[in-house]
Amino acid sequence: MSELPPFIIYFIAALLVVATQGIVRKIIMLATPIVTAVYLWQNIDVGIIVTHSILNLDLTVLRTDKLSLLFAYLFCLASFIATIFALHVNDTKQHVAGLMYAGSALGAVFAGDLITLFIFWELLAISSVFLIWARGTERALNAGMRYLIFQVMSGVFLLAGSLVHYHNTGSLAFEHIGLETTAGWLILIAFGIKAAFPFLHSWLTDGYPEATVTGTVFLSAFTTKVAVYALARSFAGEEILVYIGVTMACFPIFFAVIENDLRKVLAYSLINQVGFMVTGVGIGTALALNGAVAHAFSDVIFKGLLFMTMGAVLYRAGNINGSDLGGLYKSMPKTTAFCIIGALSISAFPLFSGFVSKSMVMSALMVEDYGYLWLLMLFASAGVFHHAGIKIPYFAFFAHDSGLRPKEAPTNMLIAMGIAAALCIFIGVQPQYLYAMLPWEVDYWPYDATHVLAQLQLLFFSAFAFVWLNQRGMYPPELRSTNLDVEWFYRKLVPAGVRRVVILLGNAKEAAVSTAMAPMHSIRHSFSQSSIAKYHLAESWPTGSMVFWISLILAGYLLLDTFA
Amino acid sequence: MDHISLLLVVIPLIAAPIVAILPNGRIPWALTLLVTAVCAALAGVQLWSIVHEGVISYELGGWAPPWGIEYRIDAVNAFVALIVAGIAAITLPYALLSVEKEIPKHQISLFYCAFLLCLCGLLGITQTGDIFNVFVFLEVSSLSSYALISLGKKRQALTSAYQYLIMGTIGATFFLIGVGLLYSQTGTLNMADLAERLPAVFEHKTVHTGFAFIVIGIALKLALFPLHLWLPNAYTYAPTVITIFLAATATKVAVYLMLRVLFTVFPNGFALGTPADELFIILGIAGILIASVYAIYQMDIKRLLAYSSVAQVGYMALGIGFASAMGVTATILHLFNHALMKGALFMAVGAIIYRIGACRMENIHGLGRQMPWTFAAIIIGGLSLIGVPGTAGFISKWYLILAALEQENWIAVAVILIGSLLAVVYVGKIIEALYFKPALETNLTVKEAPLLLLLPTWVLALANIYFGLNTELTVGIAESAAKMLGAVAK
Repeated sequence: MSELPPFIIYFIAALLVVATQGIVRKIIMLATPIVTAVYLWQNIDVGIIVTHSILNLDLTVLRTDKLSLLFAYLFCLASFIATIFALHVNDTKQHVAGLMYAGSALGAVFAGDLITLFIFWELLAISSVFLIWARGTERALNAGMRYLIFQVMSGVFLLAGSLVHYHNTGSLAFEHIGLETTAGWLILIAFGIKAAFPFLHSWLTDGYPEATVTGTVFLSAFTTKVAVYALARSFAGEEILVYIGVTMACFPIFFAVIENDLRKVLAYSLINQVGFMVTGVGIGTALALNGAVAHAFSDVIFKGLLFMTMGAVLYRAGNINGSDLGGLYKSMPKTTAFCIIGALSISAFPLFSGFVSKSMVMSALMVEDYGYLWLLMLFASAGVFHHAGIKIPYFAFFAHDSGLRPKEAPTNMLIAMGIAAALCIFIGVQPQYLYAMLPWEVDYWPYDATHVLAQLQLLFFSAFAFVWLNQRGMYPPELRSTNLDVEWFYRKLVPAGVRRVVILLGNAKEAAVSTAMAPMHSIRHSFSQSSIAKYHLAESWPTGSMVFWISLILAGYLLLDTFA
Repeated sequence: MDHISLLLVVIPLIAAPIVAILPNGRIPWALTLLVTAVCAALAGVQLWSIVHEGVISYELGGWAPPWGIEYRIDAVNAFVALIVAGIAAITLPYALLSVEKEIPKHQISLFYCAFLLCLCGLLGITQTGDIFNVFVFLEVSSLSSYALISLGKKRQALTSAYQYLIMGTIGATFFLIGVGLLYSQTGTLNMADLAERLPAVFEHKTVHTGFAFIVIGIALKLALFPLHLWLPNAYTYAPTVITIFLAATATKVAVYLMLRVLFTVFPNGFALGTPADELFIILGIAGILIASVYAIYQMDIKRLLAYSSVAQVGYMALGIGFASAMGVTATILHLFNHALMKGALFMAVGAIIYRIGACRMENIHGLGRQMPWTFAAIIIGGLSLIGVPGTAGFISKWYLILAALEQENWIAVAVILIGSLLAVVYVGKIIEALYFKPALETNLTVKEAPLLLLLPTWVLALANIYFGLNTELTVGIAESAAKMLGAVAK
């Protein structure tokens, strides 16, 4: 029994969900994460390795240590909360996709070799895209397709990297890989796409805001966290990750502040939070890695909570643009309260979950003497407070009264948000339980005077800045606008550029042709009457062009054979 | 027991004229079904006895080779014969309804007669050990497939069949010219005998020229880019059943023939000393990329799949071009797996044609909801075509990539992976049209395809998954087949 990889439970549940309906289906969906967690608790200990032999390869489908187990519990918890949140939805494909997606994430964290990892890597992509497509709008279909292309590309990089790695070392083990070889770089790009590294991130801000109300909650939990897990396993201590992570923490702030779609704001802030984790992985000390993992844990919960509150607003008000919302606290008081708890957590207020995990990464930066980067991260923390801590609740629930009076969120949504909110506070107040689960031994306690004071100063000055800017009318107003991100390059610039180049080339060709062709006109005329032009080059009469090709190939072949 | 190799060819040959004189209706179908089932069973027994007892040599009419015709069966042709006979047996239950819908009633018995002749020709190519006999069977199968394609419902079927006739004949002529040149140098037509005598005259220009004619003649038959131009039209306008059958078998038999000529008839790595291997790699790469891009822009699903077939032939050509044991293993694996996936996909598309009479992108919006089982089969086949792990398509691409890595041919590795990405796009286009586009009014009343069409489709769809998970059988056979062919690594 203890040999069964846990993802199987999710996949079986997905099958059962197809076959059942109504209350039975809901019970199955809710039971899946609980059963899996209990199963992990009872049967799966640290150090189990299960391999199956497929294709002359030994695939390690189950390899446990403290790191993978922590992520497995986290994913069970996340899928439990997200499932409650989605319980009212009556759409088989979303439920199946959600279960498959969570199961694939479990499979990926337990994968012991790169091929198994690749298989779940692709499954993550394929199952999750349905959560975007299920929205059904034209925008969602297109965004989903772009999302899928990015994700599959990541898989292709992973496979290519794995094969090169195998070629170099003869091993496919999913362990520390490092960046000494080409293989390492290929795999880093694969992980980087899923972790939304700068310039590889646009699938996230493009896709997540277009997903369904409940789909985004699932999406925010798994893909990037699997990537963080993979980075922590294979590239811990690679210094380049520190700089990448700091960049990720800083640049989304500018986009988030001016963005109008509040779910897109959250998507940017997701990148910003992942930046803290990547930085932690890059530092590579026990404290930093613990910080990265702990931050992944608390981020799944508070970011999930924020996406849930915004989902509830979208569900009830039918709109998620900051410019069109406001004053919703009057009719959605509970959602408002939950949103504020989530906002406090993400801003790392003491006594909330973000504080106890983020401060570990910050401390690790100090210990390792990254002074300037520490300052940049401080700026990023202030930015988080701006766009996620204040902007989200302020523009959605307060600000100017939009006149909207939507109903309070449905009960199942409230329960899901309530559980997440409770966890945010619990982890913040009693961090020792989270710390006990962390993979590396470390003695750390966040509540000392310097940390708390530094953080509170930062937060209050940041709040002061928001209030002052807002009073002076200098804060970027919420506008219906399109903000340009790197996706502009491939959605607009490249097509437009190609078009320009084609036109330019066309003009150039025309000019050249008209000057050169005048004397050649008669030749061209006779050529166009010749059989080569009529039959060999025209697709519409393939017999002729086939004969042309076959003689060309035969002649070429014989020439090569004779002279080469 | 010894006669199995002959019976495989003779049974359909004798049954064909009998079917032709039967009254139109369901009786010709029933007899054909019986014949294909028997052939599939015999081919299975034949493969089993090869695996356990080794090579079979059968002397036709008691004339000893190399003077008489010899049927020489080893793991390679037994495997291909099983693919051909097996696909025929799976296609036949599907044929009943589909043929009644697409073929005029007075032509049904002739249709099945031609089908049996085509089967006889394809099986004959695999069974025989005599290179002139190959030409005869090549013509038997080709002539009957021209007739079958021309029976398609649309008027374009006639021009497509005519084009295929012209080009197929050119290909066969090239092949025959090559065989004649070899005969002039060695005085023998038996493949094993040729293999013994040819090395002595390898230096002769005539042999090189003969080799070139044969290779290019077969390349046309297997639709190697850019000699594929006959294929999209033929597949698009042929009756559905014929598209399924030809897509899954005809090009596969040609690939087999190519392997046989390159590695058995011309032994000791002769092909490596000629431009042939580079030719296969270059044309294979070009085929994968260009045909996949063409596929993306097709509006007719049958045509889309046809271009995808050309791309898949590119993968097989790559494996041949590597000329290593691993490469040939990959080619043989892909030959089998591609038969499974294209068979399943064309059958599922045929089910759509059966219901709405068309399969252009704009006509099928919303059918995914109306025909969930057909749609699910398309998804499975599509995933296999992309090469998603867990499907048969992954296995062959995996081996192909290993073969490319073995030779450190990075361009080929990249092309294989890019080809998969392109496949994602064109498969995605089908799925988008079927499921995600708002349904057409007229499609809201369409019912799921009849069981008789669904069952064969799902047999192949499930086979895609089965052979994606359990690879012992296919990989084992492909490896021993590659060994049998004596492919040499560079």
